[in-house]
Amino acid sequence: MVPEGLLYSKEHEWVKVDGDVATVGITDFAQEQLGDVVFVELPSKGEQVRQFASLGVVESVKAASDVYSPVSGEVVERNVDVMEKPELVNQSPYQKGWMLKVKLADRGELRDLLSPGDYRAHIGETTGAAGAD
Amino acid sequence: MDEPLKRTALYDEHRSLGAKMVPFAGWEMPIQYGSILEEHERVRNACGAFDLSHMGEFWFRGAGARAWVSRLTTNDVGRLDVGRAQYNLMCLPSGGIVDDVIVYRTGEDEYLVVVNAANVEKDRAHVTRGLPPDVRFEDASLTTALVAVQGPRASVVVMAVTNLPVREESIEGLPPFGVRRARVADVDAVIARTGYTGEDGFEIFVEWERAPQVWTRVLAAGASNGIAPIGLGARDTLRLECRYMLYGNDIDETTNPIEAGLGWVVKLDKGEFNGREPVASMKERGPSRRLVGLVVDGGVPRHGYEVTKDGDVVGRVTSGTFGPTVRKNIALAYVPVTLAAIGTPLCVRIRGKDVPASVVKTPFYKRAA
Repeated sequence: MVPEGLLYSKEHEWVKVDGDVATVGITDFAQEQLGDVVFVELPSKGEQVRQFASLGVVESVKAASDVYSPVSGEVVERNVDVMEKPELVNQSPYQKGWMLKVKLADRGELRDLLSPGDYRAHIGETTGAAGAD
Repeated sequence: MDEPLKRTALYDEHRSLGAKMVPFAGWEMPIQYGSILEEHERVRNACGAFDLSHMGEFWFRGAGARAWVSRLTTNDVGRLDVGRAQYNLMCLPSGGIVDDVIVYRTGEDEYLVVVNAANVEKDRAHVTRGLPPDVRFEDASLTTALVAVQGPRASVVVMAVTNLPVREESIEGLPPFGVRRARVADVDAVIARTGYTGEDGFEIFVEWERAPQVWTRVLAAGASNGIAPIGLGARDTLRLECRYMLYGNDIDETTNPIEAGLGWVVKLDKGEFNGREPVASMKERGPSRRLVGLVVDGGVPRHGYEVTKDGDVVGRVTSGTFGPTVRKNIALAYVPVTLAAIGTPLCVRIRGKDVPASVVKTPFYKRAA
């Protein structure tokens, strides 16, 4: 599931741009690969994140994985719900499972992200079914 | 290293059930069919079926079998009645643990020892070195399949596929740690009421080629009891909540049973056995470190993570996970005895940060009696 209207990173994060604020989360493909998410570690409000650098960690039962920020900027809000209920990442990766709202430092960075079509190609999705490993 | 992975007789079943297959101890095994958390809870609340055919099966037969198995192990095999099983350890002369095993006495002069998959080769060499002439050894690991049915509904499911009088809460038929020969799904089987999940459950040993028949019949019989196939992922979280050891993580050739908290498996009064001297000595003077349970507040502890006290490294996590039933991040770790008391505040270093943890009573989970 790769919704239209979002931008994507090759590392499987999504961005929804609204004015100069970007909402960031991980994709359905990513949560599917991870399995049950049991812990989410996110930066606090006011911290800076950098494009393609680690912004935090999601832990599944079996492994810890970095989440890379698709954009640079200041964290204006983090999703406390997802820290308390990590399963939201699995249940609702594009809605309730969002992670950060970031005030964009450089809109030009958005050019380095993938369109929904390009991201689908990146994960080998052709007919709507995720190409699992 | 480049040897191809072995496949169990149930490989095709796993694939058709949508399992994610991973390499484990030289085998291609199902780690999960869907959600590990759901599989875990299913075993706690209903029941699950496991393919454990990768495990090793060693038979010892003959007039000298009892003495030989007793010599190889720390627990009192001499007191094991026919039809009974016991948790046991094999030690080196140094007291280090070669493997943890279950010993089943299946006949007057017949013992089945089930060993860890990763240790089959090593154990075979260990148990046949100096094998007495009155013991016949057979390694049946590659001709024996093992299907486990575990969970509070397991007895109902197994009753439906066997001719054995298995009753819930009954010592007739097949009590906990009992073992019998029986027909299961119209196949000759050795069936035992043992497991690695902390729930009531059964382990069914059958000929390799008959495994699909048993597997299919068990799943069909269990359908109305909420059965599902369970992968090695949930097997690990289930066992860790119960503080069951994982060989290679929690215990190995450098750990002595006493420091691992396995003194109860060592019977010093049973006569001579491999490792007796160093184990007795550690029991006498007390270990310098102990395997303790930790609950970690903020991050999932994992194998190899450092345990710290005031910034100093004092130990290492041997196993760690999010415990799905206890809803906490739990770990086992070796720490100095001075830091092993229940309630001792420690930290686990997770991604460079010292995250608060405390020593807690184990097991983390125990099923209601």
